[in-house]
Amino acid sequence: MRSDKKDKEPLFSAGNRKLITTPLGRENPITVQVLGICSALAVTAKLEPSVVMALSVIFVMGVGNVVVSLLRKTIAPRIRIIVQLVVIATLVILVDEFLKAFAYDVSKQLSVFVGLIITNCIIMGRFEAFAMSHKVWPSFLDGIGNAWGYGWILIVVGFFRELLGSGTLWNYPIMEKLGLYSIGYEDNGMMILPPMALITVGVIIWVQRYRMRDLIEEN
Amino acid sequence: MYSNRYIFIYASLMVIVVATLLSTAAMLLKPMQEKNEAVAKMQGILAATDIDASADSAIRLYREFITGEMVIDPEGNVLSIYRNGEFERGKQRAFDIDIKRELYAKSMGDDYVMPLYLAQRNGESMYIVPLLGKGLWGPIYGNIAFGPDFNEVSGADFGHDKETPGLGAEINTDDFADQFIGKTIFTRDGEFTSVEVVKGGASSLPPDQRRHGVDAISGGTITSNGVTDMLENCLEGYVPFIEKHIVNKKPV
Repeated sequence: MRSDKKDKEPLFSAGNRKLITTPLGRENPITVQVLGICSALAVTAKLEPSVVMALSVIFVMGVGNVVVSLLRKTIAPRIRIIVQLVVIATLVILVDEFLKAFAYDVSKQLSVFVGLIITNCIIMGRFEAFAMSHKVWPSFLDGIGNAWGYGWILIVVGFFRELLGSGTLWNYPIMEKLGLYSIGYEDNGMMILPPMALITVGVIIWVQRYRMRDLIEEN
Repeated sequence: MYSNRYIFIYASLMVIVVATLLSTAAMLLKPMQEKNEAVAKMQGILAATDIDASADSAIRLYREFITGEMVIDPEGNVLSIYRNGEFERGKQRAFDIDIKRELYAKSMGDDYVMPLYLAQRNGESMYIVPLLGKGLWGPIYGNIAFGPDFNEVSGADFGHDKETPGLGAEINTDDFADQFIGKTIFTRDGEFTSVEVVKGGASSLPPDQRRHGVDAISGGTITSNGVTDMLENCLEGYVPFIEKHIVNKKPV
């Protein structure tokens, strides 16, 4: 009568919850694994594209991990990378088409970068490291967790770059409304240039290492 | 182990499934995408006349303010006129012209046609010319509106796909576009000269040329030069039309 113990594991068991929470901090794809940096630099000049990019990656990774996990027993090892790439590319093109149809303004800004999701190392990394060897539900959680771990960094970076670089938030002129310009405040134009994204990510890494001492590398 | 046969069949099936999925999605979404593109085009044309249209109001405002569409050729002949949903002459709508293709034909020395939009706002008639050119990283585009003399600029709007934010991308701000208002594309002698985007500022030009220059964007020199080239390249084809129909005051 007793079924396999694994099947009885509750959907949000401690182990499954960990799949979502560790990528947010301790195993964050950007700040710890240093993956997906390229797109983190490119799209974070403003908050809105950062959020859209984060949502797109969450969709692609959640669904992609599920598809790869479903197919994992049928995929021949010799062509597994090709299969993974096809899965990613298909999902990314779908996202792009949907954005063009339903969020045209955003797609005009993001089209180039949405295409770049295909080359986002985090996605291939999770397919290869997790979905190829785990069941569907844990894979789904792992995908969402890692994408969100990537996404929240993007959103934080986008928040500060838009606020300090353009003086707006989600295109709302917040600095002007606060009356800062009239007392001599000026936007820091450097914040909207890509290198400042790297420095902002560096600051996040610094804060994280300060709070999680064990992440500090020996050398 | 997986046999080669298995791998081939697997790969082929995968490709077929994916191709079906993607083409279905593309077909189902195409009408919406085309509508979005048309609306964006209308928004651009309206923006040149200083009407800020949202995606929802663009079609209504376009019908209200854009009173006519004309197609002209480089000799200045009017090939077709489209007004109030009907053709008065010819059978090609300016709105359907792909200026990218026409400008390519122009650069190759082939026959080409040009679109021209007529607008009425506050009792003043305007000519609107769509623009397309090259920036630093990709295409830049825009629309420029002229008063009834087709000489003095009454409004302009520019856009870009991937110019550097904060530098070249500044061409899509009102601050940049509004500089064009009041500039002229013909000298006092009636010579075509276009409007130049000047590095160092229009004030560095000799006084008699300041009416043909606007300030460039600091750090965006290549994009600024792109705007200059785009204006000249797109506007020069209209000169015969202007000389034939506007300067001679022949009504169109």
